[in-house]
Amino acid sequence: MALMLEVNNLGISFGGLRAVNDFNVSIEKGQLYGLIGPNGAGKTTVFNLLTGVYKPDTGNVVLDGQDITGKKTIEISKAGIARTFQNIRLFKELSVLDNVKAGLHNHHAYSTISGILRLPSYRRVEREMDERAMELLKVFDLDSEAGTLASNLPYGKQRRLEIARAMATDPKLLLLDEPAAGMNPNETQELMDMIRFVRDHFDMTILLIEHDMKLVSGICVELSVLNFGEILAQGATSDVLNDPQVITAYLGE
Amino acid sequence: MCGMNKKKKLKSNLITYGMVIAAFIIVQILQSTGHLSSLLQGLLVPICVYVILAVSLNLVVGISGELSLGHAGFMCVGAFAGAIFTKCTQEAITIDLLRFVLAILVAALAAAVFGILIGIPVLRLKGDYLAIVTLAFGEIIKNVINVFYIGKDANGFHFSMKDQFSLGMEPDGKIILGGPQGITGISKQSTFLIGVILILITLFIVLNLIDSRDGRAIMSIRDNRIAAESIGINITKYKLMAFTVSAALAGVAGALYSHNLATLQASKFNFNTSILALVFVVLGGIGNIRGSVIAAVILTALPELLRGLADYRMLIYSIVLIAMMLFNWAPKALEWRERYLGRFFKKSVKEGE
Repeated sequence: MALMLEVNNLGISFGGLRAVNDFNVSIEKGQLYGLIGPNGAGKTTVFNLLTGVYKPDTGNVVLDGQDITGKKTIEISKAGIARTFQNIRLFKELSVLDNVKAGLHNHHAYSTISGILRLPSYRRVEREMDERAMELLKVFDLDSEAGTLASNLPYGKQRRLEIARAMATDPKLLLLDEPAAGMNPNETQELMDMIRFVRDHFDMTILLIEHDMKLVSGICVELSVLNFGEILAQGATSDVLNDPQVITAYLGE
Repeated sequence: MCGMNKKKKLKSNLITYGMVIAAFIIVQILQSTGHLSSLLQGLLVPICVYVILAVSLNLVVGISGELSLGHAGFMCVGAFAGAIFTKCTQEAITIDLLRFVLAILVAALAAAVFGILIGIPVLRLKGDYLAIVTLAFGEIIKNVINVFYIGKDANGFHFSMKDQFSLGMEPDGKIILGGPQGITGISKQSTFLIGVILILITLFIVLNLIDSRDGRAIMSIRDNRIAAESIGINITKYKLMAFTVSAALAGVAGALYSHNLATLQASKFNFNTSILALVFVVLGGIGNIRGSVIAAVILTALPELLRGLADYRMLIYSIVLIAMMLFNWAPKALEWRERYLGRFFKKSVKEGE
């Protein structure tokens, strides 16, 4: 199988703290991969390293054959990594539709001048963007809320909108940072279905951080467990979750 | 759904343009029937200047979400660039209107260049720090122009930052910019009609910019910088774009201002002018372009109209400030506006908030 993401020996220190050390992972195309670990293990730091928020001290990141180590966030977004955030980060004062259209920014372009003078290219591209954005909203069942301000959406829909916006950038790899945080079991179940649907519908490779063991064991084929910035266990989900070390470190004795 | 949204936006923009045109027509009628006092007539151009200034500042403060306290600096650059251009081309360009239009373009360009130069270092900062540094730059611009001398004689231009004698001009030389004395003898070109046309152009640029791909990028950075970056939006580029367009429009306001006066001095463009513009923006509603227009008109005209009340003038002025603040920001007032005004005008009161 072709690899979508290959991470070798990734590491970063903040002062004297080695936040992530010798992190390796290989994710195949179309795979649903989980990254778990106790609080403060360095999971989100790994995401920030992958998306260029932090520059790694060591190691390299290869996305679909392209080395993206140490590149800027914008370049990494263009290379094809999109993400959501643990604490939802929407454009609150923009409508639901505009949030998704902002995600389409780099795929549909016209000049500033044609935007101000309302030239034909403005009308054409805006129509394309509207259509594409509405398609995406429909997929995420948000089309009836297109005109609503993002901040007025209920929590679950905000989570979905964040994923829709990430998908608008047409990524190769989607990073989900605790998508089920703050959700009840029903919502989590819906979310699981939706993540699977995104994987199948868009043929997407997904790497997700999660605390909810039900969600992780339900949808992830493979897992990495992070503890104190280092990989504790890695492999098929059922094997990892039965690993005594993992149970001790993370799930409790 | 999105079609409806578009229509609503368009309608809201049309109301804004319509308001300006209606105000213009009413003033014209009053003027031709002799109902306009000379005091008010003298206020017409300054009102246009402050409307443009307020709208341009709202682009930075409301749309881009950065607090800038140096906006008078860009107005100053525009005012002087335009006035110097007019003085230098007095003989070369004989058509007054053409010269004025070119002067306005020169003013916009000069202010835009300053906007870029100042924006590059300043926009790396956030919040209070950005506000303080823009304040400093505004003062620096004013003070530099205050000690700048430009003279012109048969040999060409002479510059000095000391005094007019060190310009070393031939006896026939003419002083264009005389330091603290500023520029004198600018031909008075600004009219209410030109002012209103410039307001409409400013509104056209700002409203269309907001409702475009670039505007969306600018507002997404305002709402969440980290998320905007994660979807591939170039933060520096769009912050600088908003800042530069805003500076250029402030320059236009400056040119309109300087061509309404016989003498132009840099000391006028001080911190108070920047704050005044910010007051218009805040009281009109941050991010609410139409609000900026209304606030600038009311708050520019009011102190002059209240002159007859002598001692009570500032008291009433401050009461109006408080009332406008409540009307635009108090949750109860917003609710009331939504319920009653919204029904009559069917316009979205909430947008821009």
